[in-house]
Amino acid sequence: MSLDKDTIRKIAFLARIRVPEDALDGLAGELSNIIGWVEQLNEVDTEGVEPMTSVADMDWPRRDDEITDGGRAQDILANATDPEPAPGGEDGNGGGFFTVPKVVE
Amino acid sequence: MTAFPELSIAAAGKGLEAGDFTAEELTRACIEALESGRDLNAFITETPDIALDRAKASDARRADGRAAGPMDGIPIAIKDLFCTEGVLTTAGSHILDGFTPAYESTVSANLKDSGAVMLGKTNLDEFAMGSANVTSYYGPVKNPWKGPGGKDLVPGGSSGGSAAAVAGGLCPGAIGTDTGGSIRQPASFCGIVGMKPTYGRCSRWGIVAFASSLDQAGPLTRTVEDAAIMLGAMAGHDAKDSTSAPIDVADFSAGLGEGVKGMKVGIPKEYTLDGMPAEVEALWRQGMDWLKGQGAECIDVSLPHTKYALPAYYIVAPAEASSNLARYDGVRYGLRVEGSTLDDMYEATRGEGFGDEVRRRVLIGTYVLSAGYYDAYYRQAQKVRTLIARDFTEAFEQVDVLLTPTAPSAAFAIGEKMDDPVAMYLNDVFTVPASMAGLPAISVPAGLDGDGLPLGLHLIAKPFDEVTLFRAASALEQAAGFDAKPGARPSTPQGGAS
Repeated sequence: MSLDKDTIRKIAFLARIRVPEDALDGLAGELSNIIGWVEQLNEVDTEGVEPMTSVADMDWPRRDDEITDGGRAQDILANATDPEPAPGGEDGNGGGFFTVPKVVE
Repeated sequence: MTAFPELSIAAAGKGLEAGDFTAEELTRACIEALESGRDLNAFITETPDIALDRAKASDARRADGRAAGPMDGIPIAIKDLFCTEGVLTTAGSHILDGFTPAYESTVSANLKDSGAVMLGKTNLDEFAMGSANVTSYYGPVKNPWKGPGGKDLVPGGSSGGSAAAVAGGLCPGAIGTDTGGSIRQPASFCGIVGMKPTYGRCSRWGIVAFASSLDQAGPLTRTVEDAAIMLGAMAGHDAKDSTSAPIDVADFSAGLGEGVKGMKVGIPKEYTLDGMPAEVEALWRQGMDWLKGQGAECIDVSLPHTKYALPAYYIVAPAEASSNLARYDGVRYGLRVEGSTLDDMYEATRGEGFGDEVRRRVLIGTYVLSAGYYDAYYRQAQKVRTLIARDFTEAFEQVDVLLTPTAPSAAFAIGEKMDDPVAMYLNDVFTVPASMAGLPAISVPAGLDGDGLPLGLHLIAKPFDEVTLFRAASALEQAAGFDAKPGARPSTPQGGAS
């Protein structure tokens, strides 16, 4: 299948990646080539074949559902752009916020 | 005596144990080698202070009679896809600008606990997406081997910095990750050993995720024995990775030097490609003769879905990547490009932060997972993946290991294969099938092509049978007797302009 400019615009928005208008044609060509090439998979008869869900054939252990870590707000905020400290000042690990452009008026 | 950084891990370990030199001396020599080898662009971040601290601590442990094992005091390089506490971790991407993790990946923590000394973080294709190490935001890595006329070649990818560092004599070993061949293909291009363990053998916790059902950490070393030693210090169950196998770490060196008498080696007929260079085919035949000469039996086998592994991979891996890379949104870490609304900020950040190849793959992944296309692409690819794995299971009813070439060519020049993504993807045609089936595999340097460039041979084994894999690999290594060295080190006499 060949992907047109509108399709690229749409999936770029779904992926939240800004693509400059003048790059859309080039990307449409490249992605169409790749998709055209992977479509050879349609030759394979997969009637009755289960899709793979786990590459290793084993029962993976499950951990207990309990809290094992926490109280590390400062570590978590350490790499953020413009984090806000918790209201009432720094209290070590008590809170703080990531900041984003205003979402609700 | 061999220069320090060019020692094998096993030889360096013996030297440390015998007191011939200290970890600090060994580490200082590697730090100097890193400095003189900067032209390769193999490292994104060098960590000499951390290295010296750890080397001194190792010497102190040894003086106390508390040396931790064969990796204690061994300087290594770490692919910059492993999170390292307090040390910049970039994944080769602009979007992780300044990211300094507050935690250590399990594999690098295991190595640290084993006494290994971190020299720095190696360059890679952006988010490990590439086969030539040309997609890194930090620039291409040069292969220490030079092409005709002294031309700069790619080291392969994505673990290109790790491979170049080991091949270029900057350090005795490095860790990489392999999603579709990212350890084995650069090992082949650089004339070293590169090994991908069984999926689940090494914890993925703290590794920047590319395609979670395929990613595995593994060693890049100069010898098969070193790979076995290093894997022993990396592997093990980890409760923090739900796909980490609850299986004890084997003694991976157990079969080394035992030979391959009576071993059944499968030769998959589908690995003969149209247009494959005659030298690659000839080396493969030579590999069969080497193993037969040591008493192995070569058996023709068929893996009928081989040709579909690569296209299936290019649905599954981008699909997983599109999901994994959704976390880079400019909010919690890395680059933020301001925008007037939240969506605007996301789009601006991701538009600027991702390079061309990553953008391509995230868009492909988004497309194949989107409503109306999921069944046609993603579901079909996962069904084909089941068939690929089944082919291997059936072949392993007859044989112990499989022998194939590692890559369809030797290293090519930087800048080649750049305008055609599919041509670049074909580099991984022989390594991807084992990845799709989660199998352990290794590339062993085995010969040179007509331009004097290294070529590897590739062995694949049953799940969790790394011991047999290493045993066959060491027989191949012994027979090949590969001892050619690149001429790029400034310290080695080599003519030509540089």
